[in-house]
Amino acid sequence: MTERARGERGNGAAGAALLACGLGCFVLGVIALAADGWKALAGWMIWYRPTGPLSGVSTLALVIWLGCWWVLDRRWRGRDVAMGKVGGVAVVLLVLGVLLTFPPFGDVLIGK
Amino acid sequence: MEMTVRELVTLVHGMMFGGFFLLTGFGALVGMVRSRYAVAGMTDAGYRWDAVYWGVTVALGWAAVLSGAYVVYPWYRAVVPAGAGLAGYPQRLLLSRAETAGWHSVGMEWKEHVAWMAPMAMTAVASVVVRYREGWSRERVLRRVVLAFGATAILAGLVAGGWGALIDKAAPITGGRTMMWMGVGR
Repeated sequence: MTERARGERGNGAAGAALLACGLGCFVLGVIALAADGWKALAGWMIWYRPTGPLSGVSTLALVIWLGCWWVLDRRWRGRDVAMGKVGGVAVVLLVLGVLLTFPPFGDVLIGK
Repeated sequence: MEMTVRELVTLVHGMMFGGFFLLTGFGALVGMVRSRYAVAGMTDAGYRWDAVYWGVTVALGWAAVLSGAYVVYPWYRAVVPAGAGLAGYPQRLLLSRAETAGWHSVGMEWKEHVAWMAPMAMTAVASVVVRYREGWSRERVLRRVVLAFGATAILAGLVAGGWGALIDKAAPITGGRTMMWMGVGR
């Protein structure tokens, strides 16, 4: 396989994109759940009043996602990473993130 | 045919941005699975069109989420002024009855958060597919992880879109300036 056909060299940039996304989705789920269970946090998450706590929860998660992506990309670009581990952790974080946003599941965790 | 500005904007948010995101996203997912069986890559022009397609898909996802969170959702959760009826205040209308409260406490609470994961995951997938060209699908584990993220993006979009359609049916977002379409009803 030629480098031209492959495009990016090494799988590090792919690992960075996927792991950062998994982490961002997990953080989104955690903050959303925490804001649902802790009203003071929900109040702090109101960064744009018409949208309410969703504005802070989503913006914070996006900042963490993009920040992690930038850092990991700088460290891993052009290198090979253990995709089995990196990808596995990324998928688990993504699935947990989706689960945490599902209200019946989240309600059990916070005892609502 | 009468329609309010809020109904039109909600239509653009859900049917145009959200609907087309699901269409293009599903098409991309099919293309990704199909690429596993390709024996040769594309020309540079083909890859450029591929990148444009991914760009449009990701842009549609972000347009759906941002228009939903910052335009439509504030109308949905607006506070009812003293003495006003609940019509035009969907969240309050749904929460006013035990039989409809679940549309908000389960449906909207899930939709408003999980929706963000659709463009996030699709952006990650697009970045891998565009940067690696066909190389991403030749590494077995990477291919599986990318496909899992793509499928999750579509699933999150379906959850958000499906709940959105059902909630809007139970308590429609309406209000704003009224428009007449095609002169019918004058």
